[in-house]
Amino acid sequence: MTQTKLEPPRERIVEEPHRDEAHLQPERRTTVIRPATRWPHLDLRELWHYRELLFRLVWRDVVVRYKQTFLGVTWALLVPALTTTVYVIVFGKFAKFPHGNTSYPSLVAAGVIPMQYFVSALIGSSMSLVSNLPLVTKVYFPRILLPLAAVVVPLFDLAVALPVLLVLMAVYNTWPDSAAVFLAPAFLGLAVITALGIGFLLSTFTARWRDVPYMLPVFLQVLPLVSGVMYALNEIPKKWQWLFSLNPMAGVIAGWRWAILGEAEPNWGQMTVSVSVAILFFVLGLAVFRSFEPRFADTI
Amino acid sequence: MPVAIETQELSKRYRLGQMQAAYGTLRDSMTRTAARLAGRVQPHERQEIWALRDVSFSVREGGVLGVIGRNGAGKSTLLKILTRITAPTTGRAIIRGRVGSLLEVGTGFNPELTGRENVFLNGSILGMKRREIQHKLGDIVEFSGIEKFIDTPVKRYSSGMYVRLAFSVAAHLEPEILLVDEVLAVGDAEFQQRCLGRMEDFSGTGRTVLFVSHNMQTINQLCDRAIWLDGGTIVEDGEPSEVVTHYLHTTHSSGSSISWPDDESSPGDDLARLLSVRTIDEEGHAVETIDVRDAVGIEIRFRVLRRGPPLFAKIRVRDRRGDIAFNAMDIEPHRQESSMPGVYRATAWIQPNLLQEGTTTVDVAVCTLNAPKLHQRAQRYEAVAFTVFDSGDGYSARGRFTGPMSGVVRPLLEWSVERVD
Repeated sequence: MTQTKLEPPRERIVEEPHRDEAHLQPERRTTVIRPATRWPHLDLRELWHYRELLFRLVWRDVVVRYKQTFLGVTWALLVPALTTTVYVIVFGKFAKFPHGNTSYPSLVAAGVIPMQYFVSALIGSSMSLVSNLPLVTKVYFPRILLPLAAVVVPLFDLAVALPVLLVLMAVYNTWPDSAAVFLAPAFLGLAVITALGIGFLLSTFTARWRDVPYMLPVFLQVLPLVSGVMYALNEIPKKWQWLFSLNPMAGVIAGWRWAILGEAEPNWGQMTVSVSVAILFFVLGLAVFRSFEPRFADTI
Repeated sequence: MPVAIETQELSKRYRLGQMQAAYGTLRDSMTRTAARLAGRVQPHERQEIWALRDVSFSVREGGVLGVIGRNGAGKSTLLKILTRITAPTTGRAIIRGRVGSLLEVGTGFNPELTGRENVFLNGSILGMKRREIQHKLGDIVEFSGIEKFIDTPVKRYSSGMYVRLAFSVAAHLEPEILLVDEVLAVGDAEFQQRCLGRMEDFSGTGRTVLFVSHNMQTINQLCDRAIWLDGGTIVEDGEPSEVVTHYLHTTHSSGSSISWPDDESSPGDDLARLLSVRTIDEEGHAVETIDVRDAVGIEIRFRVLRRGPPLFAKIRVRDRRGDIAFNAMDIEPHRQESSMPGVYRATAWIQPNLLQEGTTTVDVAVCTLNAPKLHQRAQRYEAVAFTVFDSGDGYSARGRFTGPMSGVVRPLLEWSVERVD
């Protein structure tokens, strides 16, 4: 260091807290630093303690994205609208895909929108550790907040994109016809759980191997085809339905269509398979993430 | 007095592969695993080093502890563990109170957000609650002195404004425990001065400080206790003046040459071991001081224990402040051949008129290359040190200028000057 002579501080930074502000002072926490546990677990108490940071991380990404309101909103509307249009023309008009009782455009839009959410959530969460490198190497917080925030952020895009679906529903007069509509958020929840599970895995792998992000698009290209985005799942042969139900997004889209378009009720046996796979991914992803978590700062 | 920081046999082990080669590609990893399963490649022998080994100490509340030691002694690892950026391998530490580190100044600032938005973001990252930030917002903005621009995106800020705002947030974190790594403290002299000023402030208010520094004078002035780390263990723990004296004594005696009597004590692994390192002049004599106009050689003798991948020597030269001036390694094509057992001598010649005046230290290593990763098989931080002087009476970069010259190197450039008008 160049300088050693110390001068008295120019400004007094620390001031004594006034008595009535005592509640603003942080509680004196005792932290015990231990080696990483062999068996990963989710420390819910700690997550609760850091809830404001989760909020702040989500807020940051949403604010940055919608800062230029026009661009942000246009983008969130344009992508699903264009995708739907192309699918309707290619698969509906030319290929004449089966679409059950619902009009094809609404059917496709109801598939495109959750799929769009899922794709954004996966891309965001897979990069969440690497793109927040300065945070990971300089400050402690539960790293799990990063993929968690990345999965919450695209929900805002989904909300912005919903009018596309509503317009189509109005045009083709396909309104929800039963109380099943209240289950729509539950199916969205299934997409969130799946995105979290796979996001935990991908973010861990991305932090470990730098070529993983390049492999993701291959997977994402196939995904809409096997999730029933451009066709109704119950129109394909039964044994294939069972195979496809291993993909939780197939369950999400089938359930979501049932809930908001009044499509045929999903096969609950297949739905159970989808939910089980989603939960399996979630538990596996969480375990992998938590067991690598203590070493992220060493390896990235 | 209650204890603020307590560590109990804290240890941290790094696998060398983990440190250098971790961020690879999945394809490489799979190829390697496949080759290993097919039995074609010997399993990668894992080199391990203990960056910290059984470090136990405690700091009472309000104490100011200085941590000294050479580069690689484990100081930064200790800070990383105490700030919870990385987890220890064994042992534990107990910390009572909120920890701030000044490492984190400006961490997470987003250029698209305004100053005000960044205060909230950065504050939450540092562990402040929303109400707390709201309450301190006025003070933070006032202290930073950029009230007028607080609603401007920080991408439009000058770097000075940026640092002022960032520092202002960190300064209002009011941690009970402050961990400072002077070596890593970024920013200009004024900023570092502010950090030190902040520390002095701290010691007056009954808060706890742990201070890592290379500057012995600062340690003497600020700390009421010091520990000296070497090779990951505590060598001495006591009065700063005594610890500093002992530390300075031993580091100076290492001098311009070092050798190891036997393979057990010498640095290295099962492939290569260091035998000795010397600083020599052009006649091959060991030297401790060298004229800036003369070449200086770093002579590394090492033993190769078995046939293995190609080996080559590498040096890292540090200037008088310990900053890295440059890295250099043997890149001759003969290094493609696999290594044969025997004793080798590699000498790196540093050309005249390159090094800065003052004490130059050199880290040496014998490496293998597993492209693109470098494996240090045998290494020694600050193996040798020598003094570079400029008598000022001849042909050097200094010319006839006698004042201080800054910079990590001081090359003598060729100048072409012509009259154009």
